Amino acid sequence: MDLSINPILLVASLMVASTPILLAAIGEMVVEKVGVLNLGVEGMMIVGAICGFAIAVETGSPAVGFAAAAIGGAILSMLFGFLTQYLLSNQVATGLALTLFGLGLSSLMGQSYVGIKPPSTPKLDIPLLGDIPVLGPMLFSHDLMVYVSLAIVAGVWGFLKYTRGGLILRAVGESHDAAHALGYNVILVRLAAIGFGGACAGLGGAYLSLVRVPQWTEGMTAGAGWIALAIVVFASWRAGRVLLGAYLFGGITVLQLNLQAAGVAIPVELLSMSPYLITILVLVIISSDRNRAALNAPASLGRAFHASS
Amino acid sequence: MTALLSVQGLRKAYPGVVANDDVSFTVGKGEVHALLGENGAGKSTLVKMVYGLVKPDEGQMVFKGDPYTPGSPHEARSTGIAMVFQHFSLFEALDVAENVALGMENPPPMRELAASIREVSETYGLPLDPSRLVGDLSAGERQRVEIIRCLLQDPKLLIMDEPTSVLTPQEVDILFETLRKLQAEGTSILYISHKLEEIRALCDGATILRLGKVVGSCDPRERSARELAEMMVGTELKSPAATRHELGDVSLTLKNLSVKSANPFGTSLKNVSFDVREGEVLGIGGVAGNGQDELLGALSGELRTAPDAVQLKGQPIGHLGPNQRRSLGVLAAPEERLGHAAAPDMSLVENAALSGWVRMDMVRNGFIDWTMARNFAEKVIADYDVRTPGSANAARALSGGNLQKFVIGREILQKPDILVVNQPTWGVDASAAAFIRQAILDLAAGGAAVVCISQDLDELMEISNRFAALNEGRLSEPRPARGLTIDEIGLMMGGAHGMEVAHIHEEEGAL
Repeated sequence: MDLSINPILLVASLMVASTPILLAAIGEMVVEKVGVLNLGVEGMMIVGAICGFAIAVETGSPAVGFAAAAIGGAILSMLFGFLTQYLLSNQVATGLALTLFGLGLSSLMGQSYVGIKPPSTPKLDIPLLGDIPVLGPMLFSHDLMVYVSLAIVAGVWGFLKYTRGGLILRAVGESHDAAHALGYNVILVRLAAIGFGGACAGLGGAYLSLVRVPQWTEGMTAGAGWIALAIVVFASWRAGRVLLGAYLFGGITVLQLNLQAAGVAIPVELLSMSPYLITILVLVIISSDRNRAALNAPASLGRAFHASS
Repeated sequence: MTALLSVQGLRKAYPGVVANDDVSFTVGKGEVHALLGENGAGKSTLVKMVYGLVKPDEGQMVFKGDPYTPGSPHEARSTGIAMVFQHFSLFEALDVAENVALGMENPPPMRELAASIREVSETYGLPLDPSRLVGDLSAGERQRVEIIRCLLQDPKLLIMDEPTSVLTPQEVDILFETLRKLQAEGTSILYISHKLEEIRALCDGATILRLGKVVGSCDPRERSARELAEMMVGTELKSPAATRHELGDVSLTLKNLSVKSANPFGTSLKNVSFDVREGEVLGIGGVAGNGQDELLGALSGELRTAPDAVQLKGQPIGHLGPNQRRSLGVLAAPEERLGHAAAPDMSLVENAALSGWVRMDMVRNGFIDWTMARNFAEKVIADYDVRTPGSANAARALSGGNLQKFVIGREILQKPDILVVNQPTWGVDASAAAFIRQAILDLAAGGAAVVCISQDLDELMEISNRFAALNEGRLSEPRPARGLTIDEIGLMMGGAHGMEVAHIHEEEGAL
C-alpha cells in the first residue's frame, strides 16, 4: 500500500478542483451583498457549463467558450432578476425554480454534445515563476482561468472596500429604503449585481466542463452550486473567507480522492462525504460568533424592494 | 425678505387618495418656515416633491427665481437643497464617513472626508467620530450624521422632517442653536413638525396643512399653541381627564432585571427595578433605542428572564412565555403595529383571536370558535370607534390610528390586570391619540396596573402617576410625574449625551 501523496500535485490539483466553486461563490457573494438571495446558482452553473462546452466545441476556442458561458449564466440570471425585481416574485421560490429550469435546459442543449471531447485549455507557461522548484509546479503552472478566478476575488474585495460603486452596492444591500431615499436606483444596482453573479456562476460551470472533467454529462455540476451558496453564508460575506472556504473544500475533495486511490482503510462513503462535512464544520467555527456574523449579513437580504412613494 | 423657494399649486394624487391638492407656499431667504399638520396631512409627500423623490402631477416650483423641476434627489442636492430624514436614510452596518459619502454628489476621498466631517461637526457643536458604525450611535448622534451630511454640501435650503421626535429636551436645545446659526449664515430651513411649542420657538413663518390642503398660514410667534393646534386639527381638542382614585397593592414588580438584547444593535437591559400598583400608570420615557423594545419583550414574555426578576403580586413569572402570562392577566401592546402587534395580512377577526383566545375562552378541544372571535373583534371595533368597513378586513388596510385603536382596545377588553404598552399613540392623529389616552386612564381607574413606554413626554406627563426614564438600558428611579420640570426629565433621560452647545456662545462672548 502506497500512502505517499505527492504534495506538489496535491496543491496543484486543489487549485483546479476549487476554481468552479470559487467562481460561483464569489459571484453569489456580490449578489447577496446587494440584498438578493439567488438560489439558482446550480442552474446558472450548469447552463454555463453547456454554453461554454458547446461554443468551445463549435469554435474550437476555449476562450470563446468561457465568454459564452459567462454570457449564458448572465442571461439566465437576468430572468431571475426580472422576475424578482420587477414582478416582485418570491426570491427563494424563483431561485429554486431557476435551478430546476437550468438543469432541464442544459440537458436539452447538451443532447448532441454527450461523449465529445472539448478543445483543451492550454496551461500557461509562465517564465521564471514557473521555473521555481516546488512552488513553480504548485502555483504557476495552471491555465488562465485559475488566475482569473483569483483576480476576480481580489477585484471584488477591493471594489467593495475601496470604491464608491462598492459602497453604493453595500448600502443597497443594507437598507434599500434608505438608498432609495438618497436617490440611488435600487433595482438597477441589484440587476447589475445579479448579472455579475450569473456570469461568475457560468464561468464556474464552464470550468467544470472544459477543464476539470473535461466533457459534458447531464447534471455534471452535482451540487457544486449549493456548496457555493453554503460557502457564502459561512464565509460571512467576506471575499477572503470565500476563497478560504472554496480552497478548503477543493483541497479535501482532492485529498480524499488521493486517499481512496491509495487504498486507505476508511469506507469510501465516509471519504466522499468528508469535504462537505469538514468545510461546513470549519466555516461554522469561523462564523461561530453569532453577533459578529449577523453584523456582516446584509440587512435587506432576501427582502423585496418596492418604491412605495 | 426675498423668496428662495416658491411652490405654486402643487398636486399629487395616489390611487384612492389625494395627498396634496393645490398647495402653495413660499420660503424666504434665511427664513425658518414651518410646515405644520397632523400625520397624514400630506407634509411628507410635499417635501418629497421638493426633494425630487416624488413627481408632482400639477403645479410649479421656483427656486432662486428659476423654474425648478427636480427629477431625482441628485438634482435637488446639486441645486442646493438638502434633507434630513425622519427615518430610512442611514445604513447601520456602515460607518459615519461612509454614510455621509452616500448622501453627497461628489464625495472627496475617504481620508479627506473624515477630516472635513470632524471639522464641520466641531464648528457646529455636533461632535462625531467618522469611523464609528452608525448602528452603535444613539438617536441624537444619528441625526447629527444626517445634518452633517447636509452641511458638507453647503445647502441653500435645508429640509428637516420631524427632527426632534427622537431627541431629549437638551438635545433639542442644541439642535436649535445649530439651526439658528445656520439661519444667521443665510440658509433657509423648511421645518416639518407637529410639535407646536418648537415651531413657536424656532420658526418665522408657518404653512398649515390639513388633509392635503393648505388651510392657513401665519406667524407662529403671534399665535398660541392652542390656536395652532385647532387650525391643524380643524376642531376643538378635548384633553383626556384622569379621575382621582386610590391606588391598590403592588401588582407588578421588576427586580434587578437584566436581559441581553436579541438584536446586534439593540440595547441590553441592566438592573431594571420598579414596581407598579393597582390603578397606577407608570410612564417610561427615553429616546428610542435605549431598551424600550427589550423592556416590552421582558414584560410580555417574549424575552425570558430569571423567574424572580418579574413578579406578579409576588409570584415569579419571569420564566413564563406570553400565553402563560396572558392567562395570568399580563397583556402587552407592542410598538410596531404591522408585524408585531398585528399580523398585517390577516383579518381583524383573526388578529383578535390571535391575542384573545387565551383569556376570552375561544378555543374548545383545539378548535377555534370563530363566532366568538368575530363577536370579540366586532365589540372591539364598536367600543373603540375603529373605522373600518368590517371585521373581515385585513389589518394592513387600516390607517395607523385605527389599527392602534384596535390593538389597544383588543387588549383592554380582555380585562388585563397589568397592561404594558409601547408608543401607544405613535403616528396616530390627535383625536385618536386623545381617545387612546383616555382608554388607558379608564383602564387604570378600573384597578389595572399600566406600564406606558413612550417617547412623547407630553403624553407621559398627561397620563402617568409616576415617571421614569430609560437610558442605555438603565432605568432611572421612578418619580411622581406631577411637578417634574422638563429639565429634570431631560436629565433623567441622559441629558445631552455628551453633545456640546454650538460654539455660538463663544462668538457672543467675542462681540
